[in-house]
Amino acid sequence: MRLVLERRAEHSRLMMVMSPVLAIALTLVAGGIIFAIRGLDPLEALYVYFIEPVTTIWSVEQLLVKAAPLVLIGIGLAVCYLANVWNIGAEGQLTAGAILGGIIPVLFPAWQSPLVLACMLLLGIIGGMIYGAIPALLKVRFGANEILTSLMLVYVAQLLLDWLVRGPWRDPKGFNFPKSVTFDGWQLLPTIGYTVHIGIIFAVIAVLAMAVVMGRMLKGFEIRVLGNAPRAGRFAGFSRDRMVFFCFLLSGGLAGLAGICEVMSTVGQLQPTISPGYGFTAIIIAFLGRLNPVGVLLAGLLLAISYLGGEAAQVTLGVSDKIAKVFQGILLFFVLACDTLILYRIRFQPPLAAHPVSAE
Amino acid sequence: MLELQAIILTIITASTPFLLAAIGELVAERSGVLNLGVEGMMVVGAVCGFAAAYSTGSTFLGVLAAIAAGTLLSALFGFLTLTLVANQVATGLALTLLGLGLSGIVGESFVGLPGVKLAAIYIPVLTDIPFIGRILFGQDPLVYLSFILTGVVAYLLFKTRIGLIIRAVGSSHQSAHALGYRVIAVRYSCVLFGGACSGLAGGFLSLAYTPQWIENMTGGRGWIALALVVFSSWLPWRAAIGAYLFGTVWILNLYVQPLGLPIPPQLLTSLPYLVTILALVIISANRMLTRLNTPACLGQPFVPDR
Amino acid sequence: MRRFLGLAAALALALSAGGAIAQEKIKAGWIYVGPIGDHGWSYQHNQGRLRVEQELGDKVETIFIENVAEGPDAERAIERLAREGAKIIFTTSFGFMEATAKVAKKFPDVKFEHATGILTAENMAVYNARFYEGRYVIGQIAAKMSKSGVAGYIVSFPIPEVVSGINAFMLGAQSVNPDFKVKVVWVNSWYDPGKEADAAKVLFGQGADIIVQHTDSTAPLQIAEEQGKVGFGQASDMIKFAPKAQLTAIVDDWSGYYVSRVKAVLDGSWTTAIVWGGIDSGMVNIAPFTNMPDDVVKMATETTEKIKTHQLSPFTGPITKQDGTVVGEAGKSLPDEDILSMNWYVKGIDDQLPQ
Repeated sequence: MRLVLERRAEHSRLMMVMSPVLAIALTLVAGGIIFAIRGLDPLEALYVYFIEPVTTIWSVEQLLVKAAPLVLIGIGLAVCYLANVWNIGAEGQLTAGAILGGIIPVLFPAWQSPLVLACMLLLGIIGGMIYGAIPALLKVRFGANEILTSLMLVYVAQLLLDWLVRGPWRDPKGFNFPKSVTFDGWQLLPTIGYTVHIGIIFAVIAVLAMAVVMGRMLKGFEIRVLGNAPRAGRFAGFSRDRMVFFCFLLSGGLAGLAGICEVMSTVGQLQPTISPGYGFTAIIIAFLGRLNPVGVLLAGLLLAISYLGGEAAQVTLGVSDKIAKVFQGILLFFVLACDTLILYRIRFQPPLAAHPVSAE
Repeated sequence: MLELQAIILTIITASTPFLLAAIGELVAERSGVLNLGVEGMMVVGAVCGFAAAYSTGSTFLGVLAAIAAGTLLSALFGFLTLTLVANQVATGLALTLLGLGLSGIVGESFVGLPGVKLAAIYIPVLTDIPFIGRILFGQDPLVYLSFILTGVVAYLLFKTRIGLIIRAVGSSHQSAHALGYRVIAVRYSCVLFGGACSGLAGGFLSLAYTPQWIENMTGGRGWIALALVVFSSWLPWRAAIGAYLFGTVWILNLYVQPLGLPIPPQLLTSLPYLVTILALVIISANRMLTRLNTPACLGQPFVPDR
Repeated sequence: MRRFLGLAAALALALSAGGAIAQEKIKAGWIYVGPIGDHGWSYQHNQGRLRVEQELGDKVETIFIENVAEGPDAERAIERLAREGAKIIFTTSFGFMEATAKVAKKFPDVKFEHATGILTAENMAVYNARFYEGRYVIGQIAAKMSKSGVAGYIVSFPIPEVVSGINAFMLGAQSVNPDFKVKVVWVNSWYDPGKEADAAKVLFGQGADIIVQHTDSTAPLQIAEEQGKVGFGQASDMIKFAPKAQLTAIVDDWSGYYVSRVKAVLDGSWTTAIVWGGIDSGMVNIAPFTNMPDDVVKMATETTEKIKTHQLSPFTGPITKQDGTVVGEAGKSLPDEDILSMNWYVKGIDDQLPQ
């Protein structure tokens, strides 16, 4: 009995829609099993994880705030991965954006004007872009694998932030604790209500922009071609090197924007930890969303739900928070597995008879 | 003198996990599979090794458990990428994530417990030789194993038929398939070997390096091991040199600090990562070398077109 | 869907029914920065929570969230506990300061307690433990026990709490041996057994024969045990990890404080406060003295008593700083703000403090 893959003549439209649904369903089943093993009622646990977070207004607000940076970064990464450019360092670009944008309140704490808001956001984007340009440059100029370089740079960026907030940028009135001055006034993002800040609007804009670019513009076509068939792209005159830079600058900029938005809202200052791994979670979101803008949006919301659900589960069920991470990993696995069904049909065949040319 | 010996001993223990993981991944990549899940496999190896050793009191069983854990996780990876032909990069990342999460869950009840330490070997006369005695003859068995593995892999890859087949599968899987070699089977074996080595590396961390378990105890070493493989141009003995180079830089900041130089500790801590980038740049810049040694089909999916 | 709704209804009913029967059981919440199984900082806080459950379990229900990162998630986690109905919430890490303050503003009826912080409000108190008192004692022990006169000190980050710890240790050591030396290694993490173990090995190789740490893992002590050297445990009693190497440990004990504060909420007497308890309040405990000769035990016990009864204070002036200047009035202890923001070394420490 062998498992054989038979290539379909064209992508199965049914599976394109069904695949993520199937993956989610399988994850819920797997999750239910994990809960059952731990002695919990699977349905109750699943309810707490996935339904409860959307039942109160406060929870929904928190959901949006949590999903915003994820979607923002996820969009950028989706573009990258479509072009076969593997930016794994979004977390570092996020940090770099926060650092560069944070220069203003740290060096000019008294400066208050709407211009401050604009400048900080702009610097945040630029910071992320500059930081993203490094792996791009190393890849184009030296052929260095961008997965590893961008990842290593994450650690470097975090250590740079650490040094800044413990040393030169430490709040002089902060009892020598590692934090910068607290941001105030125009240095903070305007909010709708108490928590929902405009970063959410940026995320939505990013989703729409990507949909337009990928669906209707030449750039989108270029991205896809260079990702799927680089040689064809070369013949068409598309430059791979330029694409690498484009992707890294775009995703770096978006990550930097997410970073500066975080420190301008929920964190409110620079400190050693400004992100609970958004840059890495966004990678999952990009894949979960199947590199498609609407998909990324939905995936971001889904994952944000699972985070909030994980916290709620700790309080109401006494379940450890690590289950949330396992959920995400399992979900990603199932998505990747179910994706196969789009390109291939699975058949079970009887074992082959020994063929003429023996292997060993 | 004592200090130099202490320094060398710490370098050896710091470098061993790098070497073990890198050798395994090297074989997998030689067969054309890029498994980014090294960090995940290492950490499950660490937790299972610790759990087994703690529960049974035997470090030997701990080592076996570590190997088994890494192998199992890599089997999952293999199933997804070789049988279901999923994207290798994404699957590898998912593997890391899953590994970190699973290890956290499994290890929950083992946090804060005193571990069983893998005893260093002791040879009556040799180990007592001042200075070099402990360095050459007083290490954990896994340190010696790392070098034996390197030698075995070097021999296997370049002097045996099996090695030739592995490298053929990695350079041109269509040709290898046409010649009748079972590409998928070869790749599976290499992936499993890679998983076993990564698991072993993790086991070393929780059984010999610091006999305890905490979450994420691999601390990014898996990623550095991946960089090491590139750095070594997929050549086993170069991987050993690279592993020791990185091991030295990894703990360099602990030596430099007491010297009282006005270097921010964060800069010292970031050195391993900066050095990794530098090493990658240097190696990759030599396009000729890269082209000669990179397995041509690295990361490309293979489906037999029958 | 109906099943879910039914389940939800049943759940809600059960919870409210439980509440009605149990007669105003108030909820007390804890936020931990690390895992409760770390056998260090968060572990000890959790032990405190368990004691509250033990002693006041009929009137109080405890809830907690662990592994809360200092950052965006903190505020949400704290608010979640407040929304769950907690009447008093303990946030156990400095990095939760702003988040706690923000939530405190939103929930004026809930009491908030922030560990190792500096911000207070009408419904927000801070509490801390004078760990440096314990450091003084172990400094004295170290000077007595060390044959080489050099101690290795493994630390995480140069924050005032850590620096005051190093200084207190040195002052204690110098009171026994004025030429005592300490070598400091920063590992940039509160919990990294690998680095801590390596740091211990390096320090031993450099001539230190006794190890002190302000990091949370048991690795340095395990290395000490291996090499036949000695050291001190941190945050919790680590004797079972190093039966022959641990001399004593500085143990955080928050249970007394937690029980008293929850009681204060129960009987309505809670007010905001800045509490900085030392050995006197029981917050700082010295683990039983092991592996040392009797005269050292005697000395250490005496010093602990003296500190407990306020006859002796580690930072009694005048103190000479590393740069030669002198601080503190003769015979009086340094003011609390100075200790809380300490960023200088005492004379006798050769290393440079990372700025």
